[in-house]
Amino acid sequence: MRKLTIPEEEYMRSGHTACLGCGATIAMRYVLKALGKNTILSIPACCWAVIPGVYPRHNLEVPLLYTAFEVTGAAVSGIREALNALGKEDVNVVGFAGDGGTADIGIQALSGAVERGHDIFYIMYDNEAYMNTGIQRSGSTPIGAWTTTTPGGKKRMYKWEPKKSVAEIMVAHHIPYVATATIAYPEDLIAKIKRAKEIKGPKFIQILSPCPTGWRHSPDKTVEISRLAVQTNAFPLYEVVKGTYRITVKPKKPKPIKEYLRLQGRFRHLTEEEIEMIQRIVDENWRELLKKERCSQEVKE
Amino acid sequence: MAIILPEDPTPIARVPSTENKTGGWRTFRPVIIYEKCIRCFICWKFCPEPAIEFDSPDAYPAPKPALAKFDTVKINYDYCKGCGICANECPVNAIEMVLEEEVEE
Amino acid sequence: MTMMILTGNESAAWGARLSRPKVIAAYPITPQTSIIETIAEFIANGEMDARYIRVESEHSAMAACIAAQNTGVRTFTATSSHGLTLMHELLIWASGARLPIVMSVVNRAMAPPWSVWTDQLDSMAQRDTGWIQIYTENNQEVLDSIIMSYKIGEKHHILLPTMVMEDAFILSHTSEAVNVPEQKLVDDFLGEYEPAFKLEPGNAEGYGSLIMPEGPYMEFRYKMARAMDDAREEIRKTVEEFAEVFGREYAPLVEEYKLEDADAVMVVLGTIGSTAKDVVDHLREKGKKVGLARVRYFRPFPYEEIRKIARNTEMLGVVDRSYTFGYGANLYAESKAALYGHSSIPVKNYVMGLGGRDITPEILIKVFDDMLKIAREGVVDREIEWVGLHGDERWS
Repeated sequence: MRKLTIPEEEYMRSGHTACLGCGATIAMRYVLKALGKNTILSIPACCWAVIPGVYPRHNLEVPLLYTAFEVTGAAVSGIREALNALGKEDVNVVGFAGDGGTADIGIQALSGAVERGHDIFYIMYDNEAYMNTGIQRSGSTPIGAWTTTTPGGKKRMYKWEPKKSVAEIMVAHHIPYVATATIAYPEDLIAKIKRAKEIKGPKFIQILSPCPTGWRHSPDKTVEISRLAVQTNAFPLYEVVKGTYRITVKPKKPKPIKEYLRLQGRFRHLTEEEIEMIQRIVDENWRELLKKERCSQEVKE
Repeated sequence: MAIILPEDPTPIARVPSTENKTGGWRTFRPVIIYEKCIRCFICWKFCPEPAIEFDSPDAYPAPKPALAKFDTVKINYDYCKGCGICANECPVNAIEMVLEEEVEE
Repeated sequence: MTMMILTGNESAAWGARLSRPKVIAAYPITPQTSIIETIAEFIANGEMDARYIRVESEHSAMAACIAAQNTGVRTFTATSSHGLTLMHELLIWASGARLPIVMSVVNRAMAPPWSVWTDQLDSMAQRDTGWIQIYTENNQEVLDSIIMSYKIGEKHHILLPTMVMEDAFILSHTSEAVNVPEQKLVDDFLGEYEPAFKLEPGNAEGYGSLIMPEGPYMEFRYKMARAMDDAREEIRKTVEEFAEVFGREYAPLVEEYKLEDADAVMVVLGTIGSTAKDVVDHLREKGKKVGLARVRYFRPFPYEEIRKIARNTEMLGVVDRSYTFGYGANLYAESKAALYGHSSIPVKNYVMGLGGRDITPEILIKVFDDMLKIAREGVVDREIEWVGLHGDERWS
């Protein structure tokens, strides 16, 4: 007998080549648990283009179409329409792409795909930099972070621009389902994907996926850091259905951002003033989200 | 000798990755202390490999009789890379990370 | 069979319609746009049953076709010029993935400066992408070639995508009488699409995964090279089959026109062929022994045909409507490469008609005269000649 809070079935096999403690791998495991076998995946250039293993190895129980870096949105559009033409409307079509492939090089194809309204899932596993090429800054890298293209140095050339909110860009497309999730909250993540599964049309879910290699943290801290991201409001968990925001995990008393930052080598260089600045940004973003939630819930259908 | 060509026209990966035993990557080995294990399956839930499997309730001694009906977990060392998430997340510190060289067989 | 008055683009749309692709990716670009517009009307009128994806770029058009074709359906798209070059990355992907996509390409010049008129640099720049390339001469050939391209590409020992070229405006926007074959005949000719592989739930397969240097990367490329070579024979068979079913005959890779006893043969691609045929007739009447070889398939390259033509003439004049900045244009360079060690006749490259500049009978007469002079004297004055540059008295 076992009491499990997430589905027992595994659709991700062992023997893959992800780094120790890889958050993106945990994300895939949950996504497939939520969706099941009747699924086709498309993955662009990203860590997950390598994780399944070297040819002829494959670590998923579902078919996977590897694609070029910037085309995930177009690829899932093509798979969806071909399946519909074949009368297979029930198959889940899932784009699973990193933050570089989503926030930067792939945003055009993503925007096009969701605007067209295809019945697809787009999962952005957000490890906040180009990790597969070795930790370069993306539009989704948070403010203050070290990466190899924001290396610090005498001129303190860290990433001083705030993280781009792809989830909000998706909300602006008026698609039926947008959510954020992270691996420390698998029940929340899986519930969101299952809810999305009931909705026809484009579904976008951004999953914060800590990367020990790129975030410079000990691999055993992956889940802990993911949890702290939520508890400090660095990465709030919410969903947006038809313009109505709902924060799904609300920390009673948010922890200081410092607790989240101090576990990660990529923020080691930050001064007290800089940490305060980041705290202010986090607080502002959180208030903004609360306003969206309150306002959107007040206006009833 | 004749040229050896793949049968497929394009690379189609079909061999399960499980043939790749990633246990060799491990520096630290998670060791479950069954006397402490409360069979909550949190380690199973967060394992990125996944390399934590279920075992029968009586495969290991239960710390409390009330837990004896629940399945146990065991680590598949063929695949465990030793990341330590299980040990870090265990609510009762029932998993110890031991340097591979110091593991007593 | 119905006779219709169709532009080249409408002919392309009809070729697609009759081939019954299940997914169309559509993105506008002059002078291709009326192909996807015509297809949109076919679908809107219920005359064609296909999913029509109005993608947000040509890059996504090709990506969507790749994904759809890999899911097990026939696909079609169309583009031109900058749209084609934007696709470049995915053209290589499509052929490497061995997906027999068919695409109409309206040959248009590349900017800068902006020019929407015909020029073949756009498709010539894609010659190494692993696509079969056919250059057409009239609207009938546009329509028929699209049907034949599905037939050839879908053969399981070929599995290569094809681009069917038509010259901008000269074909794309010019109406001609076109024989539109009966649907039933096309259905029987093509048969149901039988993919060699496809994404299917339940099949745990990864398409296009990472491969190490010691893995069979080279072997997969070798198989593809063999497939392109084998396409020659498949093209020869298919044009014969097509003639039997539809009663229209096409030369397989190269159309030969009045080559018997020709002292000089002009080698061309696309619509230059029809103007040049008239000029050949005209010059033959005057006793000048000239001929024309219109290369239909540039990929696979018809090296045997070029060698055979060279054996029976004194000189080849290769006309290119594009240029490769380096050494000569592509049709010239490849023809000459094919002849090395097989022929020592003079070969000259005439670069003309770039950016849509008109290639008139008058200028072709001058080119033929230049060719005959070289044939007589056995000496090429200049290997690569740009014909008709402003102020150049040789050609004015």
